[in-house]
Amino acid sequence: MTDALAWLRDSPLLMLTVTIGAYHLGCRLREHTGGHPVAQPVLVAIVMVAATVLALDVDYVDYRADTELIAFWLGPATVALAIPLHRQAARLRGLVAPMLVGITLGAIVSVTTAALLVRLAGGDDLLARTAAPKATTTPVAIGLAESLDAIAPLAAVLAILAGVLGAVAGPTVLTLLRIRDPRVRGLALGSVSHGIGTGRLLHDDETQGAFSGLAMGLTALATSALMPLLALVLFP
Amino acid sequence: MIVGLLWLLGCQLVGEVVVRLLDVPVPGPVIGLVLLWAVLTWRRTPDDAPVVRTGDALLKHLQLLFVPAGVGVIAFGSTLRDDAVPLSLALVGSWVAALAVVGWSVALLLRRARSGGEG
Repeated sequence: MTDALAWLRDSPLLMLTVTIGAYHLGCRLREHTGGHPVAQPVLVAIVMVAATVLALDVDYVDYRADTELIAFWLGPATVALAIPLHRQAARLRGLVAPMLVGITLGAIVSVTTAALLVRLAGGDDLLARTAAPKATTTPVAIGLAESLDAIAPLAAVLAILAGVLGAVAGPTVLTLLRIRDPRVRGLALGSVSHGIGTGRLLHDDETQGAFSGLAMGLTALATSALMPLLALVLFP
Repeated sequence: MIVGLLWLLGCQLVGEVVVRLLDVPVPGPVIGLVLLWAVLTWRRTPDDAPVVRTGDALLKHLQLLFVPAGVGVIAFGSTLRDDAVPLSLALVGSWVAALAVVGWSVALLLRRARSGGEG
């Protein structure tokens, strides 16, 4: 019995099963609710896994190491975002210049407003620097936070939260903002909610998903390129 | 499926090596994305190609791949509670602002280009 428990604690198998199981339940819930916005598999899975990890008193560092096998595939999946783009390439015509301008503006607004709003609400400078890269996809947010001497793991969590916010509320808010062109909807959501928002859109509509993936990549590029300059102004 | 995996991993591998050699602040997979896009366009890859089927299968569960990082919220429980007001204000406020700026600016420029082209 103790042998079995010790094995369960050391093997990554338990946490991998818990994570994939929780995600599967999230997918089932999305089906059963007819695609209710809050029933995003990523949100359901994070809540359920976090509760399990806390209940079993597992250290997050150990959980993260156990599930490296899942997180690893984020790289190849990002590469695979070229596929919906390839299928949608014809719809890119006439969009390139507006897209580059819009995404550059979006990157500047994301970083600036995040830093200013943290300060406005009484947060300190460290917190402002940590919140600045939150619109970029997690590995980029971590890298940018490190370059700003901010709290990199917290920056990753804030990026995830921005992504989950987009997966849950993105399509509704886009409709409220009267943004109807599926390409523009995708570009806008991918700029602020990276791969998690893209995951939601790919499930709903391929055109929106393809452009969201493109915006995610371009936002990573634009934010990385502009951050040193923005940091000079925002974090002197 | 193996051929599809080879394409995805190969493009990422080249991307990761390139960003390190050139020392550019861009994630390797994003360079891999551009590379694969170029290959797919160049070869006019059809929808039943192995790389397309493998990639689509992976993208179907894109959200799953963010769960391990997302569970990191538990490691910052106290920070998130102590700074709940500035963090949630910045998160939601900045998210809405940037969403609106990108959406409206792209839509506006598209409209202008279209009317300019007609006139």
